[in-house]
Amino acid sequence: MSKTKEVVYGLYSDEQDLLKAVKVAKSGHMEIHDVFSPFPVHGLDPIMGLEESRLHIAGFIYGMIGALTAFLGMTWIFTKDWPIIFGGKPYWSVPAFIPITFETMVLFASIGMVVTFYIVCGLGPGVTNETLHDRLTDDKFAIAFNTYDVTVDSAKSFFNQTGASDVKVKVI
Amino acid sequence: MSAPVSPIRPPLIEGHKSYHDITNDLVSPTERAPDKSWYIAFLLSVTVLGFGIFCILWTIWHGIGTWNLNRTIGWGWDITNFVWWIGIGHAGTLISAILLLFRQKWRTGVNRAAEAMTIFAVMCAGLFPLIHMGRIWMAMFIFPYPNTRGPLWPNFNSPLLWDVFAISTYFTVSLLFWYTGLVPDFATVRDRAKGIRRKVYNFLSFGWTGSAKHWQRWEALSLVLAGIATPLVLSVHTIVSFDFATSVIPGWHTTIFPPYFVAGAIFSGFAMVQTLMIITRKILNLQEYITVEHIESMNKVIVATGMIVGVAYLTELFISWYSGYIYEQFAFFNRALGPYYWSYFGMMFCNVVSPLFFFSKKLRRNIKFTFFMSILINIGMWFERFVIIATTLARDYLPSSWSFYVPTWVEIGIYVGTFGLFFTLYLLFVRVAPVVAIAEIKSILKTAGDQYVGPNAIHSHVNVNQGGDFAHTSHNLDEDSYDSGDQAVATKAKTQHTASKSTITEDDLTKIEGIGPKISQTLKDAGIYTFSALQQSKLEDIQRILDKSESNFTGNNPESWPIQAKLAAEGLWTELDQLKDKLDGGRIA
Repeated sequence: MSKTKEVVYGLYSDEQDLLKAVKVAKSGHMEIHDVFSPFPVHGLDPIMGLEESRLHIAGFIYGMIGALTAFLGMTWIFTKDWPIIFGGKPYWSVPAFIPITFETMVLFASIGMVVTFYIVCGLGPGVTNETLHDRLTDDKFAIAFNTYDVTVDSAKSFFNQTGASDVKVKVI
Repeated sequence: MSAPVSPIRPPLIEGHKSYHDITNDLVSPTERAPDKSWYIAFLLSVTVLGFGIFCILWTIWHGIGTWNLNRTIGWGWDITNFVWWIGIGHAGTLISAILLLFRQKWRTGVNRAAEAMTIFAVMCAGLFPLIHMGRIWMAMFIFPYPNTRGPLWPNFNSPLLWDVFAISTYFTVSLLFWYTGLVPDFATVRDRAKGIRRKVYNFLSFGWTGSAKHWQRWEALSLVLAGIATPLVLSVHTIVSFDFATSVIPGWHTTIFPPYFVAGAIFSGFAMVQTLMIITRKILNLQEYITVEHIESMNKVIVATGMIVGVAYLTELFISWYSGYIYEQFAFFNRALGPYYWSYFGMMFCNVVSPLFFFSKKLRRNIKFTFFMSILINIGMWFERFVIIATTLARDYLPSSWSFYVPTWVEIGIYVGTFGLFFTLYLLFVRVAPVVAIAEIKSILKTAGDQYVGPNAIHSHVNVNQGGDFAHTSHNLDEDSYDSGDQAVATKAKTQHTASKSTITEDDLTKIEGIGPKISQTLKDAGIYTFSALQQSKLEDIQRILDKSESNFTGNNPESWPIQAKLAAEGLWTELDQLKDKLDGGRIA
């Protein structure tokens, strides 16, 4: 949403056509701005050269933070802040802390990951992103080139060659 | 490039749907005005919910004395209902998380509604511990926050507090998982809408565009959430079982409780999913997306978990006797033959005996029977919790304090009210959101749509990968630019494309000499259903199907089969018989 850019896009009706077209674009060294699809197209990421998402690493870190918060918090409370003997057990009764440690780990990991996901994708409540075409969440697949990287003419001949329809230039 | 698919898997999407058909079918229930049956159901649910709220307020105003709990039986319907609802919730997470990890495609038809069911069931469940506290305005005492009372902390060693953490985490994670799955579908609804409706769905869809990078992250997120929701769902009911298992009450402090509770939760949860799905698919006309295959798959889970529960019941009985501990022995004697014997036998019948009917494939695929069974199992699982809680407490160590417990109208009202809450929320959900996950259904269309796999396939084109066990289907028959390489095209079992499904019927391939029931099944699994398909198949393709099969068919020679199939396809039975006389076990003599 920060900067507007001008893109030229074409629509495909089938993910196999899309995959082939992306391959053609890649072999012709055309810089693809983005690809849009109504569902995750398998095999697209390696062809487009997208790196694997690092979201799971973030999730691991959040989970560790959660587990440590819970475990150290309970340790501090039951050994330093307000020690109480329950049923003759030691103050620092580690096995009894495990369920809460686990639950907090899961809670932190999932909330953290979901929030990170929406932030890095630039999505969230109240966000409006300009879409290229209303059928892109229905049954069409699009390749978009930034007109800064690829001229409109070469993009149009590419779309013509790969069988795309509805080739248009749009500012998003 | 499509995902690996086994040709023996039956189709999960019927009606030869295109992507656009899927969008239309699944979004349209949210676009048209609800019909009369929806209004009636909604009005009924809201009324029942209203009565439930009245009973809750009555309880809070007058105190827990309005319930029939007494000094001996301190937990009655409240905790029974709590455990029952929490258990129901488990199936949703199981379908969405565990089946995602196991790559079970049939989850896509039911996961959205099952997750919604989870969330609503956990809301109903959470109500009971809260009002059971008596002084609900002190509910914040259960959360550890720095307070002015010392600060005084909750007891982190208590399973009741673990429950607080487990259930609030479970609710939060389920909600996040569910909503993240909904975002792309809300975008689909948005892009079909106009005016104010478009604005509302734009807000709900969080500005989703369907960018490749977003999809990649979305899939990574779903997978990791599934990965952590799986141990979470197991932990939740484990911790619920700790409420009992860590006590010193005979019949409660058994180590079998955690696995037994988890299996029971999945068992009852799947029953509830069946109840809901059978109604939903009928009313919203989703029979092509929630097929008999889905129902059968869930029935298989029900029979498996039902048997785990049955084994747990019997193990408990055996161990109570084997322990040699008279209080434990008495607890189980009392459950079976005490004043609440009817709930014990109700439980045994509904949970142990009745699921065994699902060993019959015919009954597993019978929708009416499944619906009946799902209700029976829900009742049975409610009885189970009642047996564990009230029955056990009614006869404690001191015969002088033995008691009997019948719920008051307030307790019944609250329980009935949770149904009102559950169905009110569910009915709103089916109006607002697509009940079946649109994007996920689209992503399995080419591997599970009935135009690509199964007897009605029109694009059936099985590439048997020479080295691997999988076959790939891809629908572009005429294009060899991809998936070519060294993959051999094994069969082009083209069955005729006819508009009406019923006109294609499977032929009895065993009529051909040399084909027995086993080979016939193998051929059908590979996509050859009819005589004409067999006739068109090349000899080496048939041979390859036989070689690929797990069974050993090396003694069988298919050389005469296409010739025989030609006669059979044309209905020349006498000619076929004459030919058969000349053949020696299917070989050309």
